[in-house]
Amino acid sequence: MPNAMPYSLQIINLLAALLLLVVFAMLAQRRILSLINLFAWQGALLALSTAIVAWSTAQHHLYYSAALTLVLKVMVLPWLLHRLIRRLNVRWDVETLINIPTTMLVGIALVIFSFNLAAPISQLAEGITRGLIGIALACVLLSLLIMLTRRKAVTQVVAFLSLENSLFFAATSATQGMPLVVEFGIALDVLVATFIFGIFFFQIRETFDSLDITHMEKLKE
Amino acid sequence: MIDLYLLVLLLTPLLGGGLLAVFGSRPWAAELNSAMSGATFLAAVALTMRVVDSGPQVAFNEQFFIDQFNVFLVALTAFVAFTTSLFSRPYMRIEQHHGKLSTGMLHLYYSMYQMFTFTMLVALTTNNMGIVWVAMEAATLTTVLLVSLYRTPSSLEAAWKYFILCGVGIALALFGTILLYFASERVLGEGGNALLWTHLNEVKGALEPTVLKLAFVFLLVGYGTKIGLVPLHSWLPDAHAEGPTPVSAVLSGLLLNVALCAVMRSKVLVDGSLGTHFAGNLMMGFGLLSVVVAALFLSRQKDIKRMFAYSSIEHMGLITFAFGMGGAVATFAAMLHMTMHSLVKSAIFFAVGHAVQKSGTQQMEHIRGLLQVSPTVGWGLALGTFAILGMPPFGVFASEFLIITTAMHEYPWSTPILLAALGIAFAAIFGKIQPIVFGETNAKPLPHPPALIPVFAHLLIALILGLYMPPYLADWYRQAAALLG
Amino acid sequence: MMSAPEITLAIVFQITQLLLVVLAAPLLMGWVNQCQAWLQNRSGAGVLQPYRVLHKLFHKDAVMAHNASWLFGITPYIVFGCMWLAAAIIPIIAVDLPFSQAADVIALVGVFALARIFIALAAMDIGTSFGTLGARREMLVSFLAEPALLMVLFTASMISHSTQLPRIVEALAHHQFVIYPSLAFAGLAFIIVLLAENARIPVDNPSTHLELTMIHEAMILEYSARHLALIEWASSLKLFAYLSIGIALFMPHGIAEVGNWDGLPLALLWLLLKLMLAGAALAILESVMAKMRIFRAPEFLGAAFLLAVLGLLIHFLLGV
Repeated sequence: MPNAMPYSLQIINLLAALLLLVVFAMLAQRRILSLINLFAWQGALLALSTAIVAWSTAQHHLYYSAALTLVLKVMVLPWLLHRLIRRLNVRWDVETLINIPTTMLVGIALVIFSFNLAAPISQLAEGITRGLIGIALACVLLSLLIMLTRRKAVTQVVAFLSLENSLFFAATSATQGMPLVVEFGIALDVLVATFIFGIFFFQIRETFDSLDITHMEKLKE
Repeated sequence: MIDLYLLVLLLTPLLGGGLLAVFGSRPWAAELNSAMSGATFLAAVALTMRVVDSGPQVAFNEQFFIDQFNVFLVALTAFVAFTTSLFSRPYMRIEQHHGKLSTGMLHLYYSMYQMFTFTMLVALTTNNMGIVWVAMEAATLTTVLLVSLYRTPSSLEAAWKYFILCGVGIALALFGTILLYFASERVLGEGGNALLWTHLNEVKGALEPTVLKLAFVFLLVGYGTKIGLVPLHSWLPDAHAEGPTPVSAVLSGLLLNVALCAVMRSKVLVDGSLGTHFAGNLMMGFGLLSVVVAALFLSRQKDIKRMFAYSSIEHMGLITFAFGMGGAVATFAAMLHMTMHSLVKSAIFFAVGHAVQKSGTQQMEHIRGLLQVSPTVGWGLALGTFAILGMPPFGVFASEFLIITTAMHEYPWSTPILLAALGIAFAAIFGKIQPIVFGETNAKPLPHPPALIPVFAHLLIALILGLYMPPYLADWYRQAAALLG
Repeated sequence: MMSAPEITLAIVFQITQLLLVVLAAPLLMGWVNQCQAWLQNRSGAGVLQPYRVLHKLFHKDAVMAHNASWLFGITPYIVFGCMWLAAAIIPIIAVDLPFSQAADVIALVGVFALARIFIALAAMDIGTSFGTLGARREMLVSFLAEPALLMVLFTASMISHSTQLPRIVEALAHHQFVIYPSLAFAGLAFIIVLLAENARIPVDNPSTHLELTMIHEAMILEYSARHLALIEWASSLKLFAYLSIGIALFMPHGIAEVGNWDGLPLALLWLLLKLMLAGAALAILESVMAKMRIFRAPEFLGAAFLLAVLGLLIHFLLGV
């Protein structure tokens, strides 16, 4: 029985499960504003789990990445996205390419797939990491699924950021943090990527009068 | 000493990026761009000579690592970046003249060009597998705005595709890196050293095989997206066709190589851990598929830059296949082919750029009679095409010959597939380029003199290496091949 | 094996539970209604109103349609019996009741299904359009809710390695506090199933008779007097049973052992407190949600199934 597990680990497990739930909620979400809010929640869960890992393993550099996550992914990026959609005046509903229940079933299949894939690794991991890689991988694949099934540029970007969050979760919870320099590099890349996405939104809207990427299916082969 | 060379090598493009971000609109920005690239090239030459003489070295507290393999790519990258900057100086001015580019866009182009060189050099020289990822992502970020430089609907589409697909691909590579760290942490302990390649290389036998196996799949798929391996290639033709020609040249000639370098670094670790040919088989499979699919797509292309983009996929596939086979000869051949492909493909893109400027279209059916309009551009394209198709005496022939004979020896079943694909590619490209070069036209000669010194310089090197391989170079490549195993 | 006095004691406990449930069920319904009334700023009819309704209905003459078959007449008794039986199986006041040995959680779901089939058949028996419509909708909802409920119960079974409800409750109640992420998912799924199965908002609305939306009420339109009373009573029993399952799975602490007379008052107090809380929570939940279109219901229940499956998968992966 899992009684021997310390509470910090139990909480991380719970947070991991909630993270998966948030990604599923994003997959089911029809409205773009809620999508961004969910993304902020995801960031909050991530920051919390990072902080708990930092506390339980006494790795102080993880506090920095928790703080970084909190600032960047809970405040700055959602704020930027909110501003963007206000400026671009796009508050429409998200249109999906496949209907949502089907997407959900595909999502479940992906979760099973990634749990299977990660099972041999979970066997190896001791203590804190057990099972978390599987959940992180599932979140990664689900974010990819969101990206594939949405038509709007903004949604794709939120999915991209959620993908990045899932990877970050893998890095902090499953391996107790990458070296700090790498983490800073990743965070910088994400920030720059978001700015470039922002530039793109304006360019795309200027050119196509819409942010619907179905306009962008001319190039083939 | 090596620290100093490396510092100059990395700081020059960074400084260039900074300077051009400020002065990019000045009339002399293009010259500054070339000068910075030239200085980078000189630093690369100095570094190369040092490393080839005295063997692999680490620098800056083990954060950087140079051996014969990556210094070869450093030299190649710096050289092609330099010649491309020479080419882009007149080329971009003509584009500006035609009203396709504004000063602001050129400003962006120059500073991003230097930053792109910087990120590639960092990706090549860093010892940290995590920084490799960061630099690769940064390389995407710096080029994505260059692909959409013209702001046409199709260029925006191409850039968006490039951004999203490479972003997703590279995210998978990050997952692979995390798994790698997960495995190494158990052996090397926590902290900064656990992702240093030199440390990993020492303990590769102790790394957990199941984890590394999965990690390699993710790394190959992730970086493979950047290499343009089928079926992850769909961004590549778009980005090459819609971006400005100098960008196509560096993407095709350099970025793909850098991504392949990252894959090769991972392969060495995985081979050491698994002790099987798993990584090699995977690479051979992806490589072969890329060669075949790209060859089949070649004949259906109407856009000239798109066609050569598919040719890049084909050649990268061939190189990946050769690296996958492993062994001294195949690796040697793969590196030679990498060199040849970078030189020849960028030369072709230079010539194509001028041909397109002349006719105002990228559609091949509207480009005719280059020889009449501008004999140098015509001959440049014709010779470049001969070279890339593997006609002797160009170096591509030598490397392809080596790859195919090795394949015949080691994996006989793959030879007919490779030969058939190369044959199809030959027929497709030759059939399309022949009327472009030799056909009839009533177009007027070019108003601007084309900048073709880089084209002929590249082709000359390819020719010389095809006829005679200097012992120094052969030795160097052999050492590098030995490192990769 | 239990000795004779122990068996007697256990039977006494069982009978206590049976009586308690059947008598207290309308009270629970009244409590939920009263909470709702408060939330809507009404004074409400008081918690005893369901008893008055039952009393009134039992004193009326039953009217049957001319073309009603025996099925129509027998259904209220079967439904009432099923619900009473279900409430007898669930450990409400104590674990290890004699009846609970007879059926595990899968059988429990089967008992609910039996009642549902009879009521749907009876609704179609008369041949009115409303009855058929209600039956079809009921089947639509239940074919999605039932697998979700099973998944929820499976998750709990996986954790406690048993499908017997008493074993599950014991495993969950008598260990030191452990966070079960899988149970959190299962809990969310269970709430959705509870809302759907008991014809609450947002799937159905028990207090209106709008033909566009009603499900449960459409099925029982033809019933009157004692038949209707039994069905109403069965509905409140069902709500009581579902809330008790929820309590057993997700907050089982404080339940008494069979034969422990001293622990019984405290257990009853806990039960009262938990039921009051659960009923109030249900009222709040219903007040903040809007009735959804009938065609959105499958998606809502699909979410329950999804959550339950996720819970199960997470249990497999994390081991908790």
